[in-house]
Amino acid sequence: MEIPALAIQAAIILAIFGITLLIATYCTWAERRIAGYLQDRPGPNRVGPWGLGQPLADAVKLFFKEEFIPATANKWLFIAGPSLAMLTALMSSAVVPFGNTILSDTFGTTRIQGIEVNIGMLYVFGVVSLGVYGIMIGGWASNNKFSLLGAIRAASQNISYEIAMGLSIIAMLMMTGTLSLREIALQQSEPLFGISGFNWNIFYQPLGFIIFLTCSFAETNRTPFDLPESEAELVGGYHTEYGSMKLGLYLFAEYVNIIVASAVMSTLYFGGFNFPFQDQVGALISSDPVVAHNAVTIIGTVVLFLKIFGFIFFFMWVRWTLPRFRYDQLLNLGWKGLIPLSIINIVLTGAGILLYEYFKG
Amino acid sequence: MTITEKMYLPAIFQGLSITMRHFFKKKPTIQYPEQKREFGREFRGLHVLRRDEQGRERCTACGLCAVACPAEAITMVAGERKKGEENLYREEKYAVTYEINMLRCIFCGLCEEACPKEAIFLQNDKTAPPRFERDEFIYGKDRLVEPLSRANSKENIKYRY
Repeated sequence: MEIPALAIQAAIILAIFGITLLIATYCTWAERRIAGYLQDRPGPNRVGPWGLGQPLADAVKLFFKEEFIPATANKWLFIAGPSLAMLTALMSSAVVPFGNTILSDTFGTTRIQGIEVNIGMLYVFGVVSLGVYGIMIGGWASNNKFSLLGAIRAASQNISYEIAMGLSIIAMLMMTGTLSLREIALQQSEPLFGISGFNWNIFYQPLGFIIFLTCSFAETNRTPFDLPESEAELVGGYHTEYGSMKLGLYLFAEYVNIIVASAVMSTLYFGGFNFPFQDQVGALISSDPVVAHNAVTIIGTVVLFLKIFGFIFFFMWVRWTLPRFRYDQLLNLGWKGLIPLSIINIVLTGAGILLYEYFKG
Repeated sequence: MTITEKMYLPAIFQGLSITMRHFFKKKPTIQYPEQKREFGREFRGLHVLRRDEQGRERCTACGLCAVACPAEAITMVAGERKKGEENLYREEKYAVTYEINMLRCIFCGLCEEACPKEAIFLQNDKTAPPRFERDEFIYGKDRLVEPLSRANSKENIKYRY
């Protein structure tokens, strides 16, 4: 790649990084506001207009709290735990296509995506499954039996749900025939019922989507699957011994994970950066195909972020609706419920594809 | 469990719809420092030592309030009225010092009931404000006796009898 192209790519990577962090910051605010609204109270609204300064105040508080490392803890692993959780959470946003391409004469074609790799989905899975190391190492290094229990729970939960998640994706892959997130998003721009940009995978894979959604709740350790940090049983779970910004990083990593999970779900099942009637909208804006393409790309990025916000809201909505699972229920649902279901989904998808090709001729 | 129950999803959607209804409900929260709840007529708040129609202190330091007080928050020192002080105190005996420890007071209103001279009342529109130092909670006569200007105001009449 040439230098300007590399510079643009670096700028886009930085922008995605910054936007992810910004959204994660304001997720903490949104979580508390939504929690309040769902429980008939206003939530934090004191710091700044509508309480928008709350994340900054929280950050200042976390940074100024005393750094405390227990005497019997493994010091280096204790520090490595939250760093690893945050690192893996942020890494996975690199391959998510946040928009189509921007065409211009001077810079050529620019993708609104950190890096385009043809194994994007595998990369996300690989990095997300590494995220459990952050929790595991943190729980182990604390030298506290409750932390260790929380960490072990997190590990076994992630393993059992990652299988179902992977299997639900296999049905997707049978349809799309590619692992590249960008390719999957582009395939969904085809017209459906004469509506352009509406060929979303949710219409072909509703069961797969429900499995994937459930598994992403478990993967991000959100209620009803937040057993690694169930404060009633485990004091605080894997982060019992953590304070100040190290705890902050753990909590922050959870929100980054939610954003990535929302982005991946939007891309895989809800058309990614495609939106209904996008060709018509493009034609309406300009007759010049390049300008129309760029305008649709920008609107598409906004639409993708709206989808992501919708999913984030859904995550929070569910959190304040459903009670936590018991641990054996959680494992039962994962191994006896979701894994057989996703295998059935694979069989159904395979049959569907064969039938489609048979009747198509 | 039946099959529909085992699928979890119908119940989950029902729960989600319930919480969503609450999302749009009007919030009953009172934004405290800006908004204040109306106190009821029978609310027992901050104490006041009343004056009579001519602006004289009604309290005669009989000590019945201190006896009635279950928290032993009230202390007083009685004194004899000198010549020329008839416009200050209603009877020959008066309270030289009269102190209520607001940290001890439980706002039960027994002092109000015990008082034979209708001198001490718990106001229904004022609470003891928060302070930072403990000794600031010991209210002396300077903060308890109502100011002369308020002695015959209209809202005070209702406390008299």
